[in-house]
Amino acid sequence: MAAVASAIELKNVSLSFGSNQILTGIDMSVEPGEFVCVIGASGSGKTTLLRMIAGLLTPTSGQVLQHGRPVRAPTRKVAVVFQDYGRALLPWRRAYANVSLPLEASGMPARDRPKRIRELLAKVGLANHENKFPGQLSGGMQQRLQIARSLAQEPDTLLMDEPFGALDAMTRQTLQDEVMRLVAERRTTVFFVTHDIEEALYLGDRVVALDSNPGRIAYDIKVPLPRPRDQLTTREHPEFLRLRREMFEIMNKIHA
Amino acid sequence: MTAGFTRSWRGWLLPLAVLAAAEAWFLLNPIMSDTLAPPSKILLGAVETMTDGTFLRTTYQTLFAAAAGLLIGMTAGTICGIVIGLLRTADRLSSWSVEMLRPIPSVALIPLSLLTFGYGYRMEYAVVAWATFWPFLILTQHALKQIDVRLIEVSRLMGFGILSRIFKIMLPAAAPRLFTALRLAVGLSLVVSVTVEIAANPQGLGYGLMVAQESLRPDRMFALLVWVGILGWALNYFLVRLEGRLFAHRAPGLSADA
Repeated sequence: MAAVASAIELKNVSLSFGSNQILTGIDMSVEPGEFVCVIGASGSGKTTLLRMIAGLLTPTSGQVLQHGRPVRAPTRKVAVVFQDYGRALLPWRRAYANVSLPLEASGMPARDRPKRIRELLAKVGLANHENKFPGQLSGGMQQRLQIARSLAQEPDTLLMDEPFGALDAMTRQTLQDEVMRLVAERRTTVFFVTHDIEEALYLGDRVVALDSNPGRIAYDIKVPLPRPRDQLTTREHPEFLRLRREMFEIMNKIHA
Repeated sequence: MTAGFTRSWRGWLLPLAVLAAAEAWFLLNPIMSDTLAPPSKILLGAVETMTDGTFLRTTYQTLFAAAAGLLIGMTAGTICGIVIGLLRTADRLSSWSVEMLRPIPSVALIPLSLLTFGYGYRMEYAVVAWATFWPFLILTQHALKQIDVRLIEVSRLMGFGILSRIFKIMLPAAAPRLFTALRLAVGLSLVVSVTVEIAANPQGLGYGLMVAQESLRPDRMFALLVWVGILGWALNYFLVRLEGRLFAHRAPGLSADA
């Protein structure tokens, strides 16, 4: 038993809607600063799992803990980045005001906000776009904006729900590297949901795969690839290739 | 620009033709009518109404009564709509009352309002407020129901309290639909205030119409009629322009320099 409580701990968590069993017997924990990727086919309940950790859903049985405390409702220490940035951003607020939202929620004095907002926008490369509305930004830029907004919460834990699923390959790679850099700077714990095996391996310290109907953990492996990671060398690393093959085989077996 | 002008120019053809035909008809059949007047006489009637000082005063009376009634109806309707939209208990408690009260035509309240408030602005506010209360109540409820659940989740995740949630997330998100309610209600408020003035309240444009009718002045009556039409058109035009201004930036996929 570790002396420090896990950032996220799931104890025999199950969830069902009526007679429909979504997740069953989930036991896992994420240590502070760890980057854990969760993969699974659509319908395996990976997004549902993320929503329970966020406090947006309550498990039917079992316990969800954040730093040893049971989750009852969303807290500011846990931020969520949704896949559908177009729905998660406030279309009537400019980029600047979207980042300002969590600062207003946490009661930061108005005079302290501008500096913090501009820092965050600069961090995600949107310094020159603060006066644009989300509808005026490209998909990649909107997702950067959502990431900046989530970081404004100064979260211990970042929950990301297929954040790059709707982006083109080039933008996705750039954002993968940016997210790794940003969370490494702050030692943020990340729970990252994806359906892309390579993305999971490239980003994660650990990869957890879910089997479906009902959703349950199929396997949980460490990714011993060195950091910082690089789009070329990491993806050509023999260990990366070995793990990729292994995971493809397991996933095929699961979904056979 | 040219295409737009051509189209709008063609749009004027029909009404102008009708006016010319009416004028020609009156020239060919020189009659004294108590109900109709040739366009030229209506124009003269309009000039007369505009110059004798009653015109500005009655327009002000009607618009002021309509606006004040609308303000009351809008405030009450929006607040009730929010409460009913957010609290399931309030929804259940009120559903029967709403279904019973809503079908009462606003003009049916003119006698009651007259008894309660007597002649003057207050009875007109009351009827206009009643008429505009309902569209705001119903459309606010619907607007709240149609807010994307993702935005509600975002506000929960940020840790906003109920008031911040309403003012920072829900009302701005619902604003385009609430504006539709406003446009609807502005038109309605003008209709109802003129109706109240025709039926009971001795002030405003509606009363002016009645006076013109009773003094057998169809030219003045038509002049006022055209003027009420222009007012309604202008208000709607202004609101449509404002709507475009307020909400254009929300559309996704705008050019970067828009």
